[in-house]
Amino acid sequence: MRRKPLVAAVAVTAALTMGLSACGGGTGGSSSTTAAAFNAGVGKVFNPSDAKGGTIRIANSGDWDSLDPADTYYAYSWNFVRLYGRSLVMFASAPGADGAKLVPDLAESLGVPSDNAKTWTYKLRKGVKYEDGSAVTAKDVKYAVERSLDKDTYPNGPTYFNDFLDLQGYTSPYKDSDPNKLGLKAIDTPDDQTIVFHLLKPFSGFDYFAQLPATIPVPQAKDTGTKYKEHVVATGPYKFESNNLGKNFTLVRNDQWDPKTDPNRKALPDKYEVSLNVNADDIDNRLISGDLDVDIAGSGVQPAAQGRVLGDQALKANADSATVARIWYTSINGDVAPLDNVHCRRAVEYATDKVGYQNAYGGPTGGEIATNLLPPVIPGAEKFNQYPAGPDNKGDVAKAKEELQQCGQPNGFTTNIAYRSERPKEKASAEALQQSLAKAGITLNIKPFPTGDYFKLYAGKPDYAKSNGLGLMLNGWGADWPDGFGFLSQIVDSRVIRASGGNTNLSVKDPAVDALVDKALSTTDTAAREKTWVDVDKKVMDDAYVLPGVWAKGLLYRPKNLTNVFVTDGFQMYDYLALGTTRK
Amino acid sequence: MTAPMDVPSSAPEAQPGAVLTGAGGSIQGRSLRQIAWLRLKRDRVAMAGGVVVAVLVLAALAAGVLDKLFGLIPTTAFNQDLIDPDLQIPKGAFGGISLAHPLGIEPTSGRDLLARIFAGSWISLLIAFLATMLSVVIGTLMGVVAGYFGGWVDTLISRLMDVFLAFPLLVFALALAGVVPDNAFGLSGDVLRIALLIFIIGFFNWPYIGRIIRGQTLSLREREFVDAAKSLGARQPYILFRELLPNLAAPILVYSTLLIPTNILFEAALSFLGVGVRPPTPTWGGMLSDAAHYYQIDPEFMLVPGLAIFVTVLAFNLFGDGLRDALDPRAR
Repeated sequence: MRRKPLVAAVAVTAALTMGLSACGGGTGGSSSTTAAAFNAGVGKVFNPSDAKGGTIRIANSGDWDSLDPADTYYAYSWNFVRLYGRSLVMFASAPGADGAKLVPDLAESLGVPSDNAKTWTYKLRKGVKYEDGSAVTAKDVKYAVERSLDKDTYPNGPTYFNDFLDLQGYTSPYKDSDPNKLGLKAIDTPDDQTIVFHLLKPFSGFDYFAQLPATIPVPQAKDTGTKYKEHVVATGPYKFESNNLGKNFTLVRNDQWDPKTDPNRKALPDKYEVSLNVNADDIDNRLISGDLDVDIAGSGVQPAAQGRVLGDQALKANADSATVARIWYTSINGDVAPLDNVHCRRAVEYATDKVGYQNAYGGPTGGEIATNLLPPVIPGAEKFNQYPAGPDNKGDVAKAKEELQQCGQPNGFTTNIAYRSERPKEKASAEALQQSLAKAGITLNIKPFPTGDYFKLYAGKPDYAKSNGLGLMLNGWGADWPDGFGFLSQIVDSRVIRASGGNTNLSVKDPAVDALVDKALSTTDTAAREKTWVDVDKKVMDDAYVLPGVWAKGLLYRPKNLTNVFVTDGFQMYDYLALGTTRK
Repeated sequence: MTAPMDVPSSAPEAQPGAVLTGAGGSIQGRSLRQIAWLRLKRDRVAMAGGVVVAVLVLAALAAGVLDKLFGLIPTTAFNQDLIDPDLQIPKGAFGGISLAHPLGIEPTSGRDLLARIFAGSWISLLIAFLATMLSVVIGTLMGVVAGYFGGWVDTLISRLMDVFLAFPLLVFALALAGVVPDNAFGLSGDVLRIALLIFIIGFFNWPYIGRIIRGQTLSLREREFVDAAKSLGARQPYILFRELLPNLAAPILVYSTLLIPTNILFEAALSFLGVGVRPPTPTWGGMLSDAAHYYQIDPEFMLVPGLAIFVTVLAFNLFGDGLRDALDPRAR
């Protein structure tokens, strides 16, 4: 199976495999079930319980990027970090769409914007303590954000604060001349309970930044730099008992955590045991046998186990299939003739066999056929289909030929399709597209490129793509969090395209789209903002710069001992904060 | 002048014992070629290998004609109705084997495996044969020149061979195949990729055969028939190509037969690593590479191209071994 990519090449965001999320979605958070059934953990709580105690056993097929909140960039890690750390804001521990809502955690309420969303203020809850009993102050949060800016020391973490805070040249608390190492002007701490962020430009979605693990407070006296990950000072209900880097670690109850300061956490188990670098197929087998409780990566079982689970009704009843905030799509390059004509691009949209595209990604288990960009799991997203591909979704050749006529290419045309050579699913997609477009007279030559340099030197380099006639380029994108900004800005805004390469927006160049993005960034009203992101999506589809393929899904297995199991749309995998166990 | 392969009486290296055992009752003159053929015929394993090789070559030629000229082989036709939509593997047992698809079908796309193996044999064997020819031509030329002239020419060519043998071939092949554009040297598409593979495989394999030919030439050039040619005033090109080369025919033939399977494997390795012919054109190595992602849920898919490569390489090796034994009894 594909490794979860950890890409931080782009300035503002990085493609990271978010796990899985509810495909049913709309059933609401209050319902629950105890009957084992397929998708019983999607949109509702499976096997609810308040019984405390027991140990939850977790395995990771790889190593953690880092347990340090400043230095981690995996969705599973952001999900898990809530057990030992409290950030200003967090994703609610709730099933389905409710899990994608932000709730205050260390802060008393969500952020209060002022100065046209350029300044954001948070008030901290009183009485929150570290595991050693000392009180958490706003200065500790400021210090934590400061250290996360230092990408030389913490290269893994996201760069949102680096890009949006008014840094005025500040680089790192380790190079700070201020005696308290609090020299950053962009963050004020007028008192121990108040923290104020000053941004370079208006940004309406700052609460999403406030949920980043980088806002988990770090006591400056206990900061050991790159060694801090060996023992992160806990503010959540659990603290580190032991930690053998690269092998395993255990979390036990933190007696200084006060449930009265924390409305979000149930803290059911007494202990968490985590093993690292465990064989992925072994993890699946142990999940099915009940010797293991959680595959932390949350991206679904391996192909071998998938065959076993789907082929056996009893096992299938313990599985959940959930949509991810990730789309596999194909960029249609308007720089390459005749695709500079919108009608030729639309011909491609109509002629595509959507089922073939879906099959390349594993059929209905691998994902849902996408008709536009925003995955349905993102709050406010709308599903619409401007280019219906015939009654069976296998391509509408008549409509495609009509568009070709309008484009002035009645007999079709020839162009190239690029894909990443190390990705068999993209190869299968390219072959499927070649088959279906041929029916409309569009001939595709398939061109593989090395995965490592795909965006840097080939498809993501505008002049290379143009001069080599790469008309279609396979692509994929996952959001750091389920929100229009996190999902769309890097793939539709033409101003993020750099001539030097490294782009993820390979084709969308429309000033009208850029203007809509700006409008969304400065709209603080959530409903209006979500509506604007849908407008962006519609405009991009009308331009036909993007051929949507598949909204990814993953197959999760629910081991028998677990209670309170549900998929959260916030991370699109099981919510690790809620889990309990019957195994004492 | 001598042509030892054809005229037994003047064949200096003919083995009297071998001739006698080869002949039955009556003492009859036989050429070395006849003797070798007799020996080969008696070697059942080699003959079996030879028959398989002959069938494969004919099949590959037929596939090339049918696929490339007439497009009659359905290598790219999808059969997604035969695929289980949940698992994306063929419905039915053993990779979807049926009357219509005797070797089963590919997962996901449902393309017919027999058609792809058949069409793939053309590419694989074409590349292996032409690459072998390239190696043999360069290797023979260099070997004969080095062995015959000796001195600084020999030193130069021998060191050149050492340089080539020390070359990290696979790494170089990967790099070269990655940087060559889609249109180069007046070629494009599959033709260019095939030419590139032939060049990479052929051009870097010549020192193996070159060394063998050089060694053979070293011993041959001291023979009387070479001296005789020299004393009769023959010029050097004549001695090289009319005197020495015919005597080298046996080792050249044998090592060509043994080089072909190596090259088939090498082509498969390159295709497996993704630098071979571009999809959707099938090659055995490329199919094996595709199958690697399915080996746990659809092992049949890996078995088919794997067996094709295995049988081909084995047949060529058995035939080549038998040929060597027949042509050069001393090696027995």
